[in-house]
Amino acid sequence: MKLADIRDTLHAQVIVGNDKLDLSVKAGTGSDLMSDMLTGPTSGAVLLTGLCNVQVVRTSVVAGVVAVVLVRGKQPAPEMVTQARKHGLPLLSTPFTMFSACGRLFDKGLRGVEEKASRS
Amino acid sequence: MAHLTRSFEIKARDFSRAGEVSIEVQGILKTIGFEADCVRRASICAYESEMNVVMHGGDGELSLTVDPENILLEVEDHGPGIENIELALQEGYSTATIQYREMGFGAGMGLPNIKKNADFFEIHSQKGQGVHLKVGFKVDGDNG
Repeated sequence: MKLADIRDTLHAQVIVGNDKLDLSVKAGTGSDLMSDMLTGPTSGAVLLTGLCNVQVVRTSVVAGVVAVVLVRGKQPAPEMVTQARKHGLPLLSTPFTMFSACGRLFDKGLRGVEEKASRS
Repeated sequence: MAHLTRSFEIKARDFSRAGEVSIEVQGILKTIGFEADCVRRASICAYESEMNVVMHGGDGELSLTVDPENILLEVEDHGPGIENIELALQEGYSTATIQYREMGFGAGMGLPNIKKNADFFEIHSQKGQGVHLKVGFKVDGDNG
């Protein structure tokens, strides 16, 4: 799935990454727990999260997450936007809740990291 | 690629930079061209230990040493230390404050996750004397 498809499916606003809409996303994951992001395969995945802070960006970079979507229409603080830009990490915001956002992407064929993400 | 040694300062409680050292380490390892799984495991261990120093430790240092067969990370801090290492290595055991949990950390998975991802793991600490962590990774294949 392309990042553009995720934007459309989630009616999302692209805050960072308008130049990366062609990016391929292998899988999806939803978590507010950054510790969990570091314990499983997440490379190439999009992260849906209700957590809205700078550490989400840095954890995503380390975990190989390729894009972050904030759920419930959350808006990142300027520092989070700056960091996402600095690390080239697309950052989106969707009005949907976590459950609905995950469901919509699943319905379009995106699958979880346990099936689709890699460890590399 | 022959040998490389780099050291980075980690400041306790400095959340404006927390994780930046590990991202730099990840970049160095990627540039050298190590196999992706190895870079991932080393980067995750660097990040978990960097966050540990920022959240629980005192000011410290992360050293990266690379040779054609190994990646070695040494993280040392001058904080309060760990009183019971066995307990800290148990999954789910955490001393994190609510503030850290709100940031998405403090699940008690840090040290166990470091141990799981590393090929070599050694930790020394005493109350009041900081923590000295050494983790190593065997490099597979020919990376120059």
